[in-house]
Amino acid sequence: MRYAMAIDTKKCVGCSDCVVACQVENNVPVGYCRDWVTETVDGTYPSLEIEIRSERCNHCDNAPCVRCCPTGASHIVEGGVVLVTPNKCIGCGACIQSCPYDARYSHPDGHVDKCTFCLHRVKKGQDPACVSVCPTKCMYFGDLDNPNSDVSKMIAKRKYKTLAPEAGTKPQIFYLI
Amino acid sequence: MNEELIISGRMNQGIDPYLHLWHWPIPLYLFLGGLAAGLLFFAGLYYILGKEKELPTAVKWASFLAAPALVIGLFFLFIDLKNKLFFWQLYTTIRITSPMSWGAWTLMLITPLAFIWSASYLRELVPNWDWRLKILYDFERLAIKFRKHIAWALVFLAVILGIYTGILLSAFNARPLWNTSLLGPLFLTSGLSTGAATIMWMSKDHAERMLFSKIDLILIGVELFFIIHLFMGFLASTEVQINAAYLFLGGEFTVSFWVFVILLGLIFPAILEILELRGFKVPVAIPAGLIIFGGLMFRLIMVEAGQVTRYLY
Repeated sequence: MRYAMAIDTKKCVGCSDCVVACQVENNVPVGYCRDWVTETVDGTYPSLEIEIRSERCNHCDNAPCVRCCPTGASHIVEGGVVLVTPNKCIGCGACIQSCPYDARYSHPDGHVDKCTFCLHRVKKGQDPACVSVCPTKCMYFGDLDNPNSDVSKMIAKRKYKTLAPEAGTKPQIFYLI
Repeated sequence: MNEELIISGRMNQGIDPYLHLWHWPIPLYLFLGGLAAGLLFFAGLYYILGKEKELPTAVKWASFLAAPALVIGLFFLFIDLKNKLFFWQLYTTIRITSPMSWGAWTLMLITPLAFIWSASYLRELVPNWDWRLKILYDFERLAIKFRKHIAWALVFLAVILGIYTGILLSAFNARPLWNTSLLGPLFLTSGLSTGAATIMWMSKDHAERMLFSKIDLILIGVELFFIIHLFMGFLASTEVQINAAYLFLGGEFTVSFWVFVILLGLIFPAILEILELRGFKVPVAIPAGLIIFGGLMFRLIMVEAGQVTRYLY
């Protein structure tokens, strides 16, 4: 089993619903966020190209945060999901330094916090909060090992890219382009 | 135009608008770790070489600074931890892939050894010192008996500690400025250099001072060699590392790096030491103080600048 997400940059309108849904679902402390929306503008007026992406932890196959964690608080669980055990985390910040996506932050309680792919929902057969609220239905979540999952079908038929693949992290969020 | 904006307004503390998670305690910890590594390396090395009598400062007295430096350094590391009450989790596991885990265990070994080493010389420094308890006298006798073993362990662990202070940073490939294997040897050399400068400063013996002046001169040469190669490597690398190099070649850290680290921290003290070796009278505090200051500035700048560099996508 390999959980992953595909996000259609052609359909995303950058409404930030995914951000708010995550904050509510996961009780994210005020002033912080586990996911965010990035807008890239390329070109010169009038020929401009815009890309909008909902970004979060990439749950990398080769996760540098897990590799550099001195206590094992950052670890990989079922489906390749990268999690943090709060009472094993000493708050040294090594994982934050190691993440090319800046997807982690220091929780006001001291431990490091990040996207969990809403594993508590996924285990119940639901989609992650961000995916389930998306008004344009531009996000697809599922098991890459299952060819019939939404995510497998999308990346089979569409062109996609990952973020900073040159960092060698093997990210598992696929942006449909 | 190529513009990238986070339009959902992410403002995670310490992360946005650019990473600034590690402040002065971490570079200070790296500096004190490097300094202690330098002091303990020379203490162990010259004891093994049988120079205890000729080089008393290096073997005996300077080591009295090493153990406190380690403790203060660890204190700075501790105050930087955000989840302090769980710090003991470091010692429940050994993570082979994590430099910080290696460092934590190295410090766990070298800090008590540094205390034992200086304690075994305490009664030479303070002749009236009374350990009060018989067990402490037994312990001292044991430490003196096994000095050679401790010396070997100190040399070995000091090298690991010195390299670790650099590898801690170089293991993060997300920060292109740090992500070069040269950082380990460079931080080790810098640590040895600050250690040698401290010994030179403390020493009252002319021959010992001259020896450490020469050692420092060589170490400064090696450091400059590494720094030149560091920039050559960056400029011949990918865009993110070229950008990292330009922080020091016209970017915001140019003046602080070239003035405080290179000129005042390496070249100026090297010139003073050459003059001293040629017979000019130079107050030892100036070159030694500058080298130590340069070592501290180097770490402050590297930690700060490294966090600014990142992958672009």
